[in-house]
Amino acid sequence: MTALRAMLGRELRLALRGGGDVLTLVLFFIITGAIVAFAVGPDSVLLARIAPGMVWVAAFLAMLLGLDRLFRPDHEDGALILLRQAELPLSAAIAAKVMVHWLVSALPLILASPLLALQLAMDGETFWRMVASLLVGTPALAAFGAVGAAVTVSIRGGGLIAPILIAPLSIPVLIFGVGSITASQSSAALLFLAALSLMAVSLAPFAAALAISSAED
Amino acid sequence: MTDRQVFPPLTLRATGLSCGRGGMTLTADLSFAVAPGQCLLLRGPNGTGKTTLLLTLAGIVTPLAGTFELEGTDSEAGPQLHYCGHRNAVKPRLSVRENLDFWAQVNGPTGLDIQEALAEVGLGELGGLDAGYLSAGQSRRLALARLLVTHRPLWLLDEPTAALDAEGHELVTRLLDRHLDMGGLALAATHDPITLPDPGRMETLALGVRT
Repeated sequence: MTALRAMLGRELRLALRGGGDVLTLVLFFIITGAIVAFAVGPDSVLLARIAPGMVWVAAFLAMLLGLDRLFRPDHEDGALILLRQAELPLSAAIAAKVMVHWLVSALPLILASPLLALQLAMDGETFWRMVASLLVGTPALAAFGAVGAAVTVSIRGGGLIAPILIAPLSIPVLIFGVGSITASQSSAALLFLAALSLMAVSLAPFAAALAISSAED
Repeated sequence: MTDRQVFPPLTLRATGLSCGRGGMTLTADLSFAVAPGQCLLLRGPNGTGKTTLLLTLAGIVTPLAGTFELEGTDSEAGPQLHYCGHRNAVKPRLSVRENLDFWAQVNGPTGLDIQEALAEVGLGELGGLDAGYLSAGQSRRLALARLLVTHRPLWLLDEPTAALDAEGHELVTRLLDRHLDMGGLALAATHDPITLPDPGRMETLALGVRT
């Protein structure tokens, strides 16, 4: 338990001392929304209609930005090899990394989402459904992202391959994520989204650990 | 450190071990045994498989053939070895003490406490400094301190003296000697000659020599 806590503390410190990494993600998220508003034009009916989709696209893209720092620094400085001789299993260490990845790259987006809702002319009720949908769905994106980052960690310059790899996995998350914001049958979609997240979060640490173990071989 | 023989008597035995990477066999059909309190030095030119052998023994790389075993370990016991590779796993954004404390917590704080270990490797005054400011030799010393904060019987050292000054070489010798005193085992790949006070504790395995 102390080992897991140490792992969480280290990951959080490394992420927060990153010198504005978190702020960059948030700005990217907001700017994506602003670009859409400018590109589509001041048609608030149209904007409100595409808003759920745009929020999810912006969140998906912003979360990809943080993927490369998930395992690559530890791979390059040899820490990933040492973690395999630690008292805690590699999958537990990765679970801690996924948790922190969500805390620093999804939670700030959710906190900043009112700004995006404003830009996309979202009404109040839709806004709260969007917050719920992001809260339930982003853990799945973090987990799939970790698997993609783990598979590509030993590829030099593989940081750009991970997003391509995990895009197909993320499509169901986007479908149910947007579905849980748009009005009809939104609660059913939210349940599906929750199921996806639970499955992804519970399986991803083991899949990522397997990928990392075979990457060094 | 007055308590001698803190580790249970373990023997590392390899039989017919072949290691290689990327489909190329580097060391074929090696058999050796390392007894408690013994250090096996791996010598050989670059590219003869010293690092690969150490990584294989650390369980990172799968052996191509043959087996190795740490005889005498309790199957319930956790990891038994420290691997010290040529990368130091030092995080520049964390302080020296935070770096070491992390490994102590993750590996189990069974050895020296953080401040003692830092003093031992000559970084006692620098605990609060960001590790990013350390020189290459100081980073190496920090990596060596990791071996001290958690007691583990088997040390796998890959070029432990790399980037270290003359005093650092003595440090490695001193740490190694004390580890062997406690009944520990060590394998060290090195180009710099390491001379322990008691030469009977060292054996040399030459790799890449055609026989």
